[in-house]
Amino acid sequence: MRLTLGPLQYFWPREQVLAFYRAAAAWPVDVIYLGETVCSKRRELRTRDWIALAEELAGSGREIVLSTLALLEAESEMSSLARLVDAGFRVEANDMSAVQLLRERGLPFIGGPTLNVYNHATLRLLREDGLQRLVLGIEHGRALVEEFRASGEPLPELEITAWGRLPLAYSARCFTARALDLAKDDCGFRCLEHPDGLPLASREGTPFLTINGIQVQTSGRCDLGPELAELRAAGIGLLRLYPQAAGMAEVIERFRRTIDSGVAPARAGEENGYWHGTAGMQCVTSP
Amino acid sequence: MHLVCPAGSPPALKAAIDNGADAVYVGFRDQTNARAFPGLNFTEVDLVNGIAYAHGRGRKVYVALNTYPGPAGLGAWRAAVDRAASLGVDAIICADMGVLDYAARRHPGLARHLSVQGSATTHAALRYYRERFGIARAVLPRVLSIQQVERLCEREIVPLEVFAFGSLCIMVEGRCQLSSYVTGASPNRHGVCSPAKFVRWDEEPDGVRRVSLNGRLIDRFAPHEPAGYPTVCKGRYAVGGETFHALEEPTSLNTLELLPRLQAAGVVALKIEGRQRGQAYVASVTNVWRQAIDRLRTRPQGWSPDAAWQRELARHAEGHQTTLGPYHRSWH
Repeated sequence: MRLTLGPLQYFWPREQVLAFYRAAAAWPVDVIYLGETVCSKRRELRTRDWIALAEELAGSGREIVLSTLALLEAESEMSSLARLVDAGFRVEANDMSAVQLLRERGLPFIGGPTLNVYNHATLRLLREDGLQRLVLGIEHGRALVEEFRASGEPLPELEITAWGRLPLAYSARCFTARALDLAKDDCGFRCLEHPDGLPLASREGTPFLTINGIQVQTSGRCDLGPELAELRAAGIGLLRLYPQAAGMAEVIERFRRTIDSGVAPARAGEENGYWHGTAGMQCVTSP
Repeated sequence: MHLVCPAGSPPALKAAIDNGADAVYVGFRDQTNARAFPGLNFTEVDLVNGIAYAHGRGRKVYVALNTYPGPAGLGAWRAAVDRAASLGVDAIICADMGVLDYAARRHPGLARHLSVQGSATTHAALRYYRERFGIARAVLPRVLSIQQVERLCEREIVPLEVFAFGSLCIMVEGRCQLSSYVTGASPNRHGVCSPAKFVRWDEEPDGVRRVSLNGRLIDRFAPHEPAGYPTVCKGRYAVGGETFHALEEPTSLNTLELLPRLQAAGVVALKIEGRQRGQAYVASVTNVWRQAIDRLRTRPQGWSPDAAWQRELARHAEGHQTTLGPYHRSWH
């Protein structure tokens, strides 16, 4: 079982991003996903900077993947997408625009969690298109993976998000700008002030969601570390850990130890509901 | 421009046809469509009669099969495609690639529309669905500005349908997990958003009403404050020390004032949202849009929406307010 560092979902200053990934090159991860997946207005690193970073990290012995935007709207975003696809690295396709560009070029790719791959027939079509690895959608749990296996269809490598705040939704609207009473087109890049997103709570103060620009995330962190044996049994080959502003080295170390020892760790995150087939916000404790 | 109207029941279908819909879209009584609510939708007999009623008046019937089956459920979705084809519907509206592929192979003569749940927002994504499944039309997600819609139309990849009026999904459709995060039931898999069985209203001694979804507080309302349905995206939450509609207010999309631009852009069809709404809604909203489209055709010079039309539409809007939503940059 391999560990992957998922794409950075937040907007950090350029130096912080570069420092993070230079550190990451020494962490015990097998795959590093790079690129802006949330908002094309975030240009501390431009597309060419992400590609340059990929080239720099290519010598680290890690598999380097370029991840694409989940929601494309503007022509300029299509141009950036084409540059990523043509950069010579394996690509994580996060929408069907990326799948189409990759397919047109005959390039193999990784299917990201925001493609809707709910059954083996869809999977077969995407494998014909060049899909080699599927990052399961966030609501895909154990039961669905078992159905995939029971279908008899050859399966690609399967990756699941095992750590971090899950991306729940994307919009044309920027919720960070809305919260700060700013227009999206004049947002002042205020996401920079929220390196782990902007917390959203119920009116009675219960933490609920996290606002991250045009993306809405969970408040609690998904943690499938304690589910390691089930993940293995289900044929999951890669565990995705999403970057956070502090303590990422420890997160990775914990999962590395878990994989190497085969001993499930104590629960550290707050949620695992999706894996167990219930509401994502819930935490199911094993019997 | 064709007017495509919702029908959650046979009376709504009749109301839509009688008030000038060019096409109605309906769903079967199961999870194969994105409005899988109890008491809604069509049995086979209902649909046979509905198709006869529509075809007898020169109108069309589309069947939405726009949820995403898991591997074990795929057979039921394929059977629904077969049923729609055998009943003689004019098109099916699908999102799942496995379902689209099946329909394209088994029933090549049955028109396939890409559902809004398919999340195709660019010319490249539209090309994918055209090349792979031969779609005859695509419904665009409610994330694009009017300028972006115009540019997509210029590409002429497939005929495009856009949302004109109704409840506003503010997240890109087909990729919103807010409902499943809170309830486990998702629009993609189960055809429902924030389902009623998870909703709980409580009244406090001072008359304040609390509404929660699976135990998670979505909003509180003062005694005389109007209260809407607690979809997660329309609740009031605390962010940065303030409590407000942090994602969206209870409001409906209304693009009536954009009608001439949508027509000039080459949009082929306008979709009215609301299969979960009653026949009065369908009748009234269809009627307004029929008049608006007809007047644009017969008297395009100086066309502007009637104040009476706008009043009528606002009456049916969530929270009695409407927005241009993502079509207008200021909403973003």
